[in-house]
Amino acid sequence: MSFHLILFLAFGAVCVGGAVNLLAQRHPINSALSLIAVMAALAGEYLLLGAEFVAAVQVIVYAGAIMVLFVFVIMLLNAGVEEETKGSRIALLFGVPGVLTSSVLMVWVVLRHSVTEAVPIGALPGHPTDIAQLLFHDFLLPFEVTSVLILIAIMGAVVLASKPEATARKVG
Amino acid sequence: MNPMLNLWLIPLLPLAGAAINGFFGKRSSRKAVTTVALFFSGAAFAMALWVAMRFSSLSLPYQEYFAHWLRSGSFSVDFAFYLDQLSLVMLLVVTGVGFLIHVYSIGYMWGDPSYYRFFSYLNLFMFFMLTLVLAGNYLVMFIGWEGVGLASYLLIGFWFTKDSAASAGKKAFIVNRIGDFGFLIALFLLIRHFGSLNFNQVFQSVLPMSAETSGAGLLTVIGILLMVGACGKSAQIPLYIWLPDAMEGPTPVSALIHAATMVTAGVYMVSRSHVIFERAPIALTVVAIIGTLTAFFAATIGIAQTDIKKVLAYSTVSQLGYMFMACGVGAFSAGIFHLMTHAFFKGLLFLAAGSVIHAVGGEQDMRKMGGLRKKIPWTFWTMTAATLAISGIPGFSGFFSKDEILWRSYQASWVYWLVGVITAFITSFYMFRLWFMTFFGEYRGEADTEHGHGGHSASDAHGGHGHGGIHESPRVMVIPLVVLAVLSVVGGYVGVPGSLGGNNRFDKFLGPVFHGSAPAKEHSTALGEKGAPEQETEGPEPQKAVSTELMFTGISVVAAFLGLGLAWQLYYRRPELPDKVAASFSGVYEVVLHKYYVDEFYGALFVKPLINFSTRILWQGVDQKVIDAAVNDAGDGAKHVSDEVRHMQSGNIRSYAGWVAAGSAVVIAFMIWMWTGAR
Amino acid sequence: MVPSYVPLSYYLLLSGFLFGCGVIGFLIKRNIITIFMSIELMLNGVNLSFVAFAAHWHALAGQVFVFFVMVVAAAEAAVGLAIIIAVYRTRETLNVDQVNLLKL
Repeated sequence: MSFHLILFLAFGAVCVGGAVNLLAQRHPINSALSLIAVMAALAGEYLLLGAEFVAAVQVIVYAGAIMVLFVFVIMLLNAGVEEETKGSRIALLFGVPGVLTSSVLMVWVVLRHSVTEAVPIGALPGHPTDIAQLLFHDFLLPFEVTSVLILIAIMGAVVLASKPEATARKVG
Repeated sequence: MNPMLNLWLIPLLPLAGAAINGFFGKRSSRKAVTTVALFFSGAAFAMALWVAMRFSSLSLPYQEYFAHWLRSGSFSVDFAFYLDQLSLVMLLVVTGVGFLIHVYSIGYMWGDPSYYRFFSYLNLFMFFMLTLVLAGNYLVMFIGWEGVGLASYLLIGFWFTKDSAASAGKKAFIVNRIGDFGFLIALFLLIRHFGSLNFNQVFQSVLPMSAETSGAGLLTVIGILLMVGACGKSAQIPLYIWLPDAMEGPTPVSALIHAATMVTAGVYMVSRSHVIFERAPIALTVVAIIGTLTAFFAATIGIAQTDIKKVLAYSTVSQLGYMFMACGVGAFSAGIFHLMTHAFFKGLLFLAAGSVIHAVGGEQDMRKMGGLRKKIPWTFWTMTAATLAISGIPGFSGFFSKDEILWRSYQASWVYWLVGVITAFITSFYMFRLWFMTFFGEYRGEADTEHGHGGHSASDAHGGHGHGGIHESPRVMVIPLVVLAVLSVVGGYVGVPGSLGGNNRFDKFLGPVFHGSAPAKEHSTALGEKGAPEQETEGPEPQKAVSTELMFTGISVVAAFLGLGLAWQLYYRRPELPDKVAASFSGVYEVVLHKYYVDEFYGALFVKPLINFSTRILWQGVDQKVIDAAVNDAGDGAKHVSDEVRHMQSGNIRSYAGWVAAGSAVVIAFMIWMWTGAR
Repeated sequence: MVPSYVPLSYYLLLSGFLFGCGVIGFLIKRNIITIFMSIELMLNGVNLSFVAFAAHWHALAGQVFVFFVMVVAAAEAAVGLAIIIAVYRTRETLNVDQVNLLKL
C-alpha cells in the first residue's frame, strides 16, 4: 500500500461521500456545501497527478467563485426544502437496473486495463510556465474565444437577472 | 398523269362550315347560320359534281397525297385520298343527299333554340363522312369512321337535356365502339402482315394470294373482324340495338345519318375490301348469313311497332341486311346499287315522316294518325313514291336494286333467296301498314282542334306549336321531298338488268372496281359466277338464265303485292282486325312488340354485370378500399405516430432530462461498440 | 523517493462515479439549483478524467483543456443562475415540474 494510493483513496472517499451527499440532501444549501467538499477533494487529486496549476485554478475558480455564486443564489432565492417526490415507477424499473448494468460494465471494462496503465505520483508536472506556453501559443484562439464567451455571459447575466423596471431606469 | 383535283377540298369545306357555325353561330342570326351551312355543303356537292364531270378523263384509281402523317420504320401512313368509281358513287350520294337534307333542316329546325349547333354538327358529320369515303388508306378511313360515330352521338343526343336522348347517344357511341374494336384489330393484322394500310399496297399484296377454301387463315380472320366493325356501324346483328334508339334525334338526323350515309359506311368498307373478302369464303359466308338474318329479323320487329320512326328504323336495319347479303354472295355492285336507291327512298321516307310529325304537331304514334291524305298532299304523294320504291313495286328504284340482290343471292344458295323473298313480303306489308295507318281512315289524333297540341313526343322541335290545325310543311321542306321522290322513281333505271332489256349500266360502271379481282384458282360455288374476269356474266345458257331470272322477278313482285294486299285488308278495309289478331297471338305479339327482348337480354348479360363489377369491385373494392384507404391510412398512420411521439414534448423538464440521458447513453454505447469493434 | 503508481483505471472509475452521480442528481432532483449543481458535478468528473489521461499520455494539452472547461462552466453557471432568478421572479417557484408551459 503506497502512500500514493492511500492519498488517492482518502481524497477519493471525500469525493464519493460528497457526491452521494449531494444526492441525499434535501436542502440545496447542504448540497452546495457537499459540492464544495467534492471540489476541494478533486483539487487534491489533481495535485496527486501533478497538475498544480489546474488544482489551484480549481480551488480559486470553481470552489471559490462558482460555488460561492451558487450559495449566494440559494440564499437570495431563499430556496427551501425540496418537496417529497412521488417516486416514479418507470424510473425505478428502468433506472436501477440501468445504473447497475452500466456501472458493472464500466468497472469491468476499466479494470481490464488496470494493470497495463498506471500513473505514477506527480506524473505530469503542470508548471504554470508550461501551461502558459501552451495556452498563449497553441491554444491562443480558444483562449480569446472563451474570453469573448465570458464577456457575453456577463452581459447576458446582467440582462437576465435585472428587474424589468430597473433596466428601463438604468438606460441613460 | 392525272391533273390535281384537289380532292382534299371536298371534306374540308364542310369542316370550315362546322367551325364557323360552331364558333360564331351562337351570336349570329339564323339567316347567317343557314347561309354558311348551305354554302359549304353546297360547295362540297358542287365540287363532287365537277369531279364527276372530269371523271372520264382520269386514269384510275386516282390518288392524291395531302400531307405527311406517320412514319415509323418501314410503316408509313399519310393523309391520302383515293378516287375510283366506287368512291365516286358514294361521294355523289353523300354530298347530294346531304345537301338536300341541309335544305330540309332549315325548315324543320327553324324553331329550335340551338339552331346553329345543329348545322355545325351536320357539317361536321359531312366532313367525317367525306373523309371516310375519299380515304386512300384504312387509317384515314378510320378517322372518318370514328368521326361519324362521334357526329352521330352529338346529333342523336342533340336535345341532350332529355334523358332518353342522352342515353340513346351514349348507347350508339358505345355499341359503335364495340364494333370499332374489331375493326382496329383487323387494322393491326393488316399492318403486321402487309406492312401498310394503303389501299393500293394492301390490295396489290393480297391479289396474288389464293383463296382460303380450307379453313380459316389470315384473310378470313381479317374479313370477319372487318365485318364486326361493319356490324357496329351498319347496325347488323348483334350490334343493331343502337339504331332504333337513335330515333331520339331530330328527324333530319335520322334521314341523313341513319338511313342514307353513316350506316352505309359498313357496306362501303366491306365493298372496298372486296379483294380480301373474295379470298376468304368463310368470311363472306359469315357476312351473307348475318345480312340475311338481320334482314328477316328486323323486318319481323317492324310489323308490330307503333312509332312511325321506329318502323323506319327497323326497316333501315332490314335493308342494310339486304346490302350485306349482296356483299356476302359476292355481288358487291348490287349491294352498292341498293345502297344508292336506299339512300333515296329511305332518306325520303324519313324526311316525309318528319313532315308528317311536323304537321300533326309532334305526334309520332301512328295509332293517333290517320286520314292525313288530303291535308298534307305533297307529303302524301312523295311518301307514296318512297313506299312503292322500298316495297319493290315494279318501275320504282327499289324494285331493280332489290331484285338484283335476290337474283344474285339465288345463284349462291336458294336459302338466301327464300329468306330474302319472305323479307320482301314482310317489308311491303309493314310499309303499307304505315302508309295506311298514317294517311287513310279517320284522323285519330288531337292536333286538329284549335287548342290541341298533338302528342307529347317532345323529341320534335314542333311539339308545342299550337298552330291549331294540320298543315303542309313549308316549301323549304317540301322541295327536298320532291327531289328525292323523283330520284326514288328514276334512280333505279341505271341498273336495269339484262333480263328486262336494260343494259345494267350501273354494274358496268362499277365493273373495273369489282371485276378481275377474284382469286386465280378454281372458284368455289359459293361465289356463284363472279369468277369470270371480263364482263357481265351471262351463265352457260343465257336463255335459261334469263327466263329463270324473270321467274324470280315475278315471284318477288307477287310477294310485294301480297304484302300490299294484306296491309290493305288489315289496315284499311277491316281496321279492327289487327287488334283481334294481336289478341289471339298475344304471346308472340308481346315478344315481337318488345323487340324480342334483345335489349333486356343484353342488359342482363352484359350491362348489368359490368355495372355491378364497376360498382362493387372497382369502385367500392379497389377505389375506396384500396386506393382511398391507402391514402387515408397513410394520413391516419402519421396522425397516430405523431400522437404517440407528441408525449415526448411534455413540457416537463425532468422528462427531457431523462430523454437526454437515455439518448446520450445510447450514443456512448454505440461509440464504445464502434471502438472495441474496430480494434 | 520511489515513485508509486496508482492505476489509471482507478482515476477513471472515480471520474465515472462522479459523472454518474451527477446524472442521477440531474434526473432525480426537483430543485432547479440542485440540478445545476449536479451539472457542475458532471463537469468536475470529466475534468478529472482529462487530467488523468493527460498524465498518462504526457500531453499537457489535457490540462489546458481542463482550464477551458472551467471557463465555460463558469460562464454557464453565471448565465444559468441568472435565468433561474428570472424564472423565480415570474413563477415564484424553484420546482422544475411547475415550469412546464412549453408542451404539446
